[in-house]
Amino acid sequence: MDEEYDAIVLGTGLKECILSGMLSVSGKKVLHVDRNKYYGGESASICPLEELFTKFGAPAPDESYGRGRDWNVDLIPKFLMANGSLVKLLIHTGVTRYLEFKSVEGSYVYKGGKISKVPVDQKEALASDLMGMFEKRRFRNFLIYVQDLQEDDPKTWKDFDPRTQNMTALYDKFGLDKNTQDFTGHALALYRDDEYLNKPAIETIARIKLYSDSLARYGKSPYLYPMYGLGELPQGFARLSAIYGGTYMLDKPIDEIVLGEGGRVIGVRSGNEIAKCKQVYCDPTYVPDRVRKKGKVVRCICLLDHPIPNTKDALSTQIIIPQKQVGRHSDIYVSVVSYTHQVAAKGWFIAMVSTTVETENPESEIKSGLDLLGPIRQKFVSVSDYYEPTDDGLQSQIFISETYDATTHFETTCLDVLSIFKRGTGEEFDFSKIKHELGDEEQ
Amino acid sequence: MANRSGAAQRPNGQTQGKICQFKLVLLGESAVGKSSLVLRFVKGQFHEYQESTIGAAFLTQTICLDDTTVKFEIWDTAGQERYHSLAPMYYRGAQAAIVVYDITNQDTFGRAKTWVKELQRQASPNIVIALAGNKQDLANKRMVEYEEAQTYADENGLLFMETSAKTAMNVNDIFLAIAKKLPKNEQNAGQTGNNAQGRRLTEGDTGPKTAGNCCK
Repeated sequence: MDEEYDAIVLGTGLKECILSGMLSVSGKKVLHVDRNKYYGGESASICPLEELFTKFGAPAPDESYGRGRDWNVDLIPKFLMANGSLVKLLIHTGVTRYLEFKSVEGSYVYKGGKISKVPVDQKEALASDLMGMFEKRRFRNFLIYVQDLQEDDPKTWKDFDPRTQNMTALYDKFGLDKNTQDFTGHALALYRDDEYLNKPAIETIARIKLYSDSLARYGKSPYLYPMYGLGELPQGFARLSAIYGGTYMLDKPIDEIVLGEGGRVIGVRSGNEIAKCKQVYCDPTYVPDRVRKKGKVVRCICLLDHPIPNTKDALSTQIIIPQKQVGRHSDIYVSVVSYTHQVAAKGWFIAMVSTTVETENPESEIKSGLDLLGPIRQKFVSVSDYYEPTDDGLQSQIFISETYDATTHFETTCLDVLSIFKRGTGEEFDFSKIKHELGDEEQ
Repeated sequence: MANRSGAAQRPNGQTQGKICQFKLVLLGESAVGKSSLVLRFVKGQFHEYQESTIGAAFLTQTICLDDTTVKFEIWDTAGQERYHSLAPMYYRGAQAAIVVYDITNQDTFGRAKTWVKELQRQASPNIVIALAGNKQDLANKRMVEYEEAQTYADENGLLFMETSAKTAMNVNDIFLAIAKKLPKNEQNAGQTGNNAQGRRLTEGDTGPKTAGNCCK
């Protein structure tokens, strides 16, 4: 460890692993350390099942749960948008070679006490009970407008300036009712609250495009999920970093981040060893005095021995409960994966219900999500703070990621990573630095 | 759109006989010659002063066996074994492993035994394991007796050969021996049975693909 590095990365969560990979690829000498014995930090998938029960102080699972090793339970629920930034990163870096994915089977939205499938094509849209006949026609016109709109071509804007006029104005232009607005903003644009209504419409338009472009890739839903759980993602990027020369040390406690003149980082100390470096990249847990609390998320992991009612026995699905439907300010998300993703023993399902905490009693806030699941064999509730760095890191050269938020996908994760990389290196990540011939996959 | 890049990357056409694809992982202490063995097998090259593994972490090579083409997808450790930081992903779905030690270094043989135990704990139960005593060209500095390693291999059901990446001795042979021992019917070539696999993502990829299984 007593060497000099360009960058030391602390924590092997997904963001740190992507950063580590990008830095190594860019020719930096990287040391990547985790205090835990395993990869992934907060974004690990817990295996075996016994460890999950221990983590939450529950008595060991009985034999009905099958082999403990067949389980890989995520602590943070997320899906990948099939056309989103993480998929692009995976493909450009070649990390996709180490992973296999399945499409999530369907997406549902909660309305008036029951769930309806988010339509994926014309036929489903016509049959959908989400809106009446005339509303469907208006909604169709709206979707066509969004699809055809190009931000750099004002001819496609049709008497509307999406850069200055807000989303409410666009809804009004098409005469969409409140229910359709709710559905569009939360189930397609994936906003967690209604602040977007007052922001320029172009932001929402971009999100709807991402949704439909993702949907177009594999058909059933816009989402993908990796076999063996989300914990595979950090491992894949860590491997990329290692291939480009990154050094890995797990199970290594970090005792101090050593500062030099002007509060600039000069190294990292573990016991008596000091590794010198010019920069540190880390998650908030390594620098509690350099981050501030931004909010709280409540998450409930539910183990089920049956699929979710009213989802046509889907082996994976997402249900969005828009805030207004249950008198809240932020949406509740339910994500479901199962044995088919090699994350649970045969016949088992894992549902995760989560939302941003708004009250003193977080568990009661997710009740409407839990009520959709049918009988729950075991549930584990956690309430965790999420943090953001107090500064941009330029002075100290300590670049800190934000804790994973309550969004259902990785778009904000990637934005954070790209922003940190740019702050740390002064340049945008250059994908062409990846030597594709290293792959040699097909000969 | 799907077919354009999809077909280019993963030929579906029936060529000679069937093609079976297997994931093979390398294990062993640093500097025993893991990367050199692969480089010799895949490219027929040897570098006396091979750097610690950088950038050679995913190679493929095919072997023809009677009517079957066996395609190895070879995973190198990328140096992550150095501080006991190999990820579970590395072992995941591996159908074969070569555990390498250096015949001039007794410690590396001891470590090889630990890797075998690790494989028995982490990898799939049907994995085919081969033990390679590398650097056979340095037999005059031998510290691990051939018989000792052979006995250990027999007791643990491992294939065993002494190899030399430098002279190419037994390099192709050890891969060939593994290829022969691997199950080649469709049922067994997958990892954990039907429907176990998902899809790989590629650029411009649309529409479902058949599982990346045996005999496409």
